Amino acid sequence: MTKLHVSTTINGEPAEFLCEPTDTMLDALRGPLGLTGSKEGCASGDCGACSIMLDDRLICSCLMLAAEAQGHEVSTIEGMARGDKLHPLQQKFLEMAALQCGICTSGMLVASDALLQKTPRPTEEEIRFWLAGNLCRCTGYDKIVRAVLETASEMSEAAQ
Amino acid sequence: MTNVRYLAPSTLNEAISAFVAAGSAARILAGGTDLLVQMRSGAVRPGVIIDIKKIAEMTSIQETSDGQFRIGAAVPGAVLAEHGRFGRVWPGVLEAINLIGSTQVQGRASAGGNLCNGSPAGDSVPALVAAGAKVILQGPNGVREILVEQVPAGPGRTTLLPGEIMVSFTLPARPPTSGDAYLRMIPRTEMDIAVVGVGVSLTLQDGVCTAARVGLGAVAPTVLLVEAAAKALIGSRVEAKALEAAASACSAACRPIDDKRGTIAYRTKIAGVLLKRTARIAAKRAEGN
Repeated sequence: MTKLHVSTTINGEPAEFLCEPTDTMLDALRGPLGLTGSKEGCASGDCGACSIMLDDRLICSCLMLAAEAQGHEVSTIEGMARGDKLHPLQQKFLEMAALQCGICTSGMLVASDALLQKTPRPTEEEIRFWLAGNLCRCTGYDKIVRAVLETASEMSEAAQ
Repeated sequence: MTNVRYLAPSTLNEAISAFVAAGSAARILAGGTDLLVQMRSGAVRPGVIIDIKKIAEMTSIQETSDGQFRIGAAVPGAVLAEHGRFGRVWPGVLEAINLIGSTQVQGRASAGGNLCNGSPAGDSVPALVAAGAKVILQGPNGVREILVEQVPAGPGRTTLLPGEIMVSFTLPARPPTSGDAYLRMIPRTEMDIAVVGVGVSLTLQDGVCTAARVGLGAVAPTVLLVEAAAKALIGSRVEAKALEAAASACSAACRPIDDKRGTIAYRTKIAGVLLKRTARIAAKRAEGN
């Protein structure tokens, strides 16, 4: 069968890839594009481990066809750090041990970043509600939520 | 893997032509939050996937000068939530749509998809039924407009004709002293499928209910318009006695199933309990307007 040719933007850079019409964006990211930071947990939109940004909107890449990326802008966990300098959320997750096995971590970080861009000083409740679609089976969420709260506080102070 | 084609037409006419040509092998792709899961599980094996998100009228939101809203069938919940006016006029409809899935799912999932998926438990449907919303359907034989409650035909089935695509919702204008609300009962605190869902929209004049509609979900093969419950509210001050009568009407309308989320007895009782709570919220909102 003929593969589809897709031209898109990934983490600010033009990108092209070939895919089957039924491939998901997660298949394309982890396959031809070699971006394996986004994880497949459930493949049904329940766990959030494959979270990416599509045109600045948080989505599950397992619930998007790769062909749909044509002409759109995709951001993944690979675009979060600036070279060797970690994003404040990444740094804080490390410092506060907000991860154990790491499978959920890239999705947690992408989703938390989306929240802080929309709501720079979220309440604990807002964080828990926003991250309800990101499942973690190790830490029990408290460390993750506290790391996001702490990052928000530090980023807001730094911005003043 | 069979020979599947992906199409992303930019006009409705192209989409309908492709849909007609492909027949029952085609599936419409809006947010994909149901379709991709169904494809993954093997429940659906489409020959053609028609992505309708490049069609302008399916992804736009308009408020007309006479107070109606026209919502493209593929508008994601997160986009609708960011609209400056919609949530103020129809808070119950917006809450119902925004209850579907996680933040990530809200980035994609649409009310049109929720309705076309045909689940008796779709959260947006009872609220849209209560609102008196209509859908515009366009197919090879032209355009028609039907009420939301006329769309579901049974679990997973709709009354859409072959080749027809759901284009948009129209929410009617109504007096400013109106309010709506949607509540659902789920076993978890968030992100679950409704055991019962109730939508109420009503209008008050000097504290007396002059118009009401009640939508009831997850307690029958399709979402129901419960006219007897609305009748019990109309003419009342939405006081305890009227609420009891409307609650009894909701319980009487239930034809639920037993499943892992709730028993027949539980769903029937909760339908009445939720009606009372939902109607109180709707009335409070109407008073505040």
